[in-house]
This record gives sequence, C-alpha cells and structure tokens, in this order.
Amino acid sequence: MKILVPVKQVSILDDEFEMRDDGHGVDEDFFEKDLNEFDHFAVEEALLIKEAAGEGAEVIVVTVGDGETDDALRTALAKGAERGIRVWDDSLADADSIAIAKVLAKVVEREAPDMVFTGAQSADFGHATTGMALAGLLGWPHAAVVSKLDFMPGAGTATLHRELEGGLEEIMTIQCPAVLSIQLGINQPRYASLRGIRQAKQKPVEELDLDDLGLGGSDVTSASRVRRMYAPEKGQAEIIEGSAAEQAARLAEIIKELRGI
Amino acid sequence: MAEILVIAEQRDGAFRSASLEAIAAANSVKGEDDRLAVAIIGADPNAFVSDLSVEGVDEVIAIKAGSNDFQPDLVEAVVATLAEARKPALIAAAHGVDAWSYAPTVAAKLGFGFASDVQALRYEDGQLVATRAGYAEKVLVDLDFPGKEVVLVTIRTNVFDPAGGVGAPTVTAMDAPACEVSTTHVGWKEPEDAGGIDIPGSDFILSIGRGVGDESNVEQFLEMADQLGATLGCSRPIADNGWLPKARQVGQSGQLAANCRLYIAMGVSGSVQHQWGMKHVETIVAVNTDPEASIFSIARYGVVGDMFEIAEELENHF
Repeated sequence: MKILVPVKQVSILDDEFEMRDDGHGVDEDFFEKDLNEFDHFAVEEALLIKEAAGEGAEVIVVTVGDGETDDALRTALAKGAERGIRVWDDSLADADSIAIAKVLAKVVEREAPDMVFTGAQSADFGHATTGMALAGLLGWPHAAVVSKLDFMPGAGTATLHRELEGGLEEIMTIQCPAVLSIQLGINQPRYASLRGIRQAKQKPVEELDLDDLGLGGSDVTSASRVRRMYAPEKGQAEIIEGSAAEQAARLAEIIKELRGI
Repeated sequence: MAEILVIAEQRDGAFRSASLEAIAAANSVKGEDDRLAVAIIGADPNAFVSDLSVEGVDEVIAIKAGSNDFQPDLVEAVVATLAEARKPALIAAAHGVDAWSYAPTVAAKLGFGFASDVQALRYEDGQLVATRAGYAEKVLVDLDFPGKEVVLVTIRTNVFDPAGGVGAPTVTAMDAPACEVSTTHVGWKEPEDAGGIDIPGSDFILSIGRGVGDESNVEQFLEMADQLGATLGCSRPIADNGWLPKARQVGQSGQLAANCRLYIAMGVSGSVQHQWGMKHVETIVAVNTDPEASIFSIARYGVVGDMFEIAEELENHF
C-alpha cells in the first residue's frame, strides 16, 4: 500500500519587500520558506492510513523544486514518510500549477500509488489547482477540499466529506485510486520528534530531472504566464499609540461611539 | 465575435448566487459583438432560467441531468462538450468549492489557459489578462495566456457585484452528455446547531485568533464579549482545535459577518480566508503583537500590542 503526497515549499513574504527588476516576481531576499501548511494535513492523513495498515505500507513525498526545497521534503520525512522524490530542471523556474501537475503525473505513473493526497491549496498563492489538475491528466477520480476520509487500503471505494461553503459538508463515495485535496482541520498534524528529525537525514531522496521522467521541455507547458507582478495599493490602519491603558481607552471610545453608549 | 461561457451552479436544487458574480466578471470583458451563454446542470434545469435571466446573458443552456448531485466528472464532460461545440474564448465560473473540484481538472485535460481566484479581467492589446493575488495577498499578479484559444477562469467571490437587471436570454435545452462518474452522493452534514450564536446577524463582533494561545484563555474573551455587548467570533484554527464551536468561525469556510459594523480582531493575523468573512466591515480594529500582520492592511484602526493586556484594560471601561 502506497500513498503519494506531493508537497510544496511555500514562500512567505516579509511585509517590506522589493520587486525584481524584471517586474515578474519578488526579490528572493525577502522570502522565508516553509512546508505549505495544508500539506502538513495531507502528510498526516497519509501517515494515519499507513500506520493503520501496518507492515509494507509506504508514504512517499514528492516535490518539484530546486535544492532548497529539500527542507520541505525533510520536514515530511521527519514526521514519518518513508522516502522522498525531488524533481527539478531549470526550465521549470516559471512553471505554473498545471505545468507542475504535468511533472507530478509522470511521477504518479512511475510509482503507481493507491492514493494521492495534496494540500487543498498552497498558503502562498492559493491556486487550489495542482492536485485536481493532476487528477485530470491521470484521468483519476478526484475530490477537492476533503475534510474527513474513511479509506481502507485495498478497498475499491473511499467515503469522504467535502467541506463546502458556510460549514456545510457533502458526504460522498469515490472510486480508488483517487486524487484528494486535503483541507485544514481533517486531523491534528504531528510534530516531528527529535528521533524523526535525525532519521529523516538518512532517508532516501531521489533526485530526478525531466529526462528521467521521459519529459521534454515542450511537454511541460504552463496554462498561464506572469505578465507582471506588483504590490497593490495597501490600506494602512491608523495606529493607536500609547500605553496599553491609553490604547484600551481609545478602543473603548470607538466601541461606545458605535454602540451609541 | 467571441463566445463567452459561464458555468453556473446549483446545490441540491438551490441556485448558487455566486454564479451571478461570475456572469458579472464575464460582462466586464464582453464586447458589443460577443455572446454570453450560461450553462447550468440539474434535474430540472429550467427552474434556474429566471435566476439567470439577467443583463448580458444571451442564452441559458439548460442541461438536464439524472439528479442535482454535484459530479465533477459530469461537469467536466459538459465543459468539454460545450467547448468543442462552441469554441468559447473565455469560460468563467465562481471560485467555490465545486469549481475547485472540476475547473483545474478540465483545464489541464483539455489544455486550456487557466487562472483561479481571479479578481479582475480585461483585454490588453487584444490579450486577455486576469489579475489574482499572491504571497498571501501581498502582491497582485497579472496573468496572460499566450497561444491558448480557450481560457478558463474561476472568479473570486465578493469582488464583482452580482449581475442584475433583466435579460431576455434564449433557452437551449440539452441532455447531459453520457459519462462515467466516479463519485456518488451519499448525503449532507449540516453545520452544527449554532445554539443561538449569530455571527451573520451581529452588528458588533469581537474575534479571537491564534494569539489567544491556549484553550484556557478562551473563556475570558467569551466573558468580555458579553460585557462589551459583542458576539464572540474566531478564526479557523480556534474552531479546528475545538476551542470554540464552528458557528463562531468567521471566514470562507465559516460565517460571513454580514451585518457587522464594528469588528475587533484580537490576535488574528488576517488570512485571505478570514478576510473573506469580514473585510467589508466598516470599522475594523486590529489588535496584534506583530506590526506586520496582514490584518493591519484592512483595518481602520490598529493597536500593536498584547491582546491580553488590552483586554484587561478594556474591561475597566465597561
């Protein structure tokens, strides 16, 4: 039993930042990098199923990114994933979510997992695209924003909840294998133990390029192109200065004014 | 002349009004000679014709399916059939959870241009350009779609005013294309009983976020909200942890603060999802230790400080 979890290292932008000279991105100096928050839940869901399945079950994490994105894989490996795959080629630098999905589709074909879990979206761009695009390329059953999952390895169908607007959930069954995008709150992601972090360093991470996956540059085209990127005009709150007592006094005035007290 | 196609939605037989925002987005780039067709799938699709007879809509394509169930495979088959038959230059749908489940899928499968969560559309030098946000709303990105004959976009909700007025569309009846579906609707789980908590109806909301730190700290804010005459709200992590019921969660997967006039956000960083539920409130006050929290960019007043100290001091005034 094998579950494949594509993960993303997201870029968290400082509030003060500068654009690149070409106007198509942000200067790399202003980023912090981290494993996408949603992916913690996707990894956890895979680990829970693996642990219930026992011997021979495997969770594989895969990312499309340069050497710096190894940290994201190691974070997932430290939690308990068995091995990692990192795919990179310089031609992927401007790849959008659909181009990334084309790369991941080849990895899925190679690994033939029983299930693929992705985060419902990424915390940086929120495209909510990669997982469901991957399903389209594979022709696999798919469901987005899964907030509850009941999957017995080997079963032909799984039962899941889709979290809809306003807190409503839809319960549905889905044929397996499937691509599911996993919503926050589906589980309580574990923290990696110190032992896990040590072990993660020894776990295998396979490095692949497009050639290894039988892909040529023209196979990995994007569905969109960045024409320009820019900082929006941003509103700025009027900052209430002073001691906590003074700030609270002003806040009380605002409340009383609006309440007509 | 170009054809524009909007995929409208119903859920369990009820029309989804976010579809009217997708129509408004389509209208924003519709030229004089362009045609706008709106497709809707359901057991009784004609029931939605009046909902969709708004300004700008030239045709309603009423697609009869065996049920009202949302089947991503079926919607994808409909989009593929209509795209093949009509060669639309643009296809738009509301960026809701249903579209999340089918739009990227069909775009990838059919090689469409694609952008999700789009907040503006326009033509520049004859090229369609879609604007969306990035890096947790800190930048805007203009995307174009070189070489793509069909572009599919999902439209962020609460950005476009819903299309209104009266249109006189022609109605085309169609049977849903035959396709194998891999999902089966089982049932619905309604949100927990709100137990009298009314975020949408409240005009004054005090909301707490991750800054509250621990479950044991939540009670004092419930008490404070009472004392102030506010309804206590919260951000997603607080509800996910079970510290407060889901009925108090403000944001995309929770409640919309529809009637709120004063919103005090304490220890809430202000994610896009949270902002969805409260950004429109006239007076937002943000209290946060992090002066760079994104909540400050939408707040009218900001207090950079500790929410517990401010709360303690505030209680002396009521």
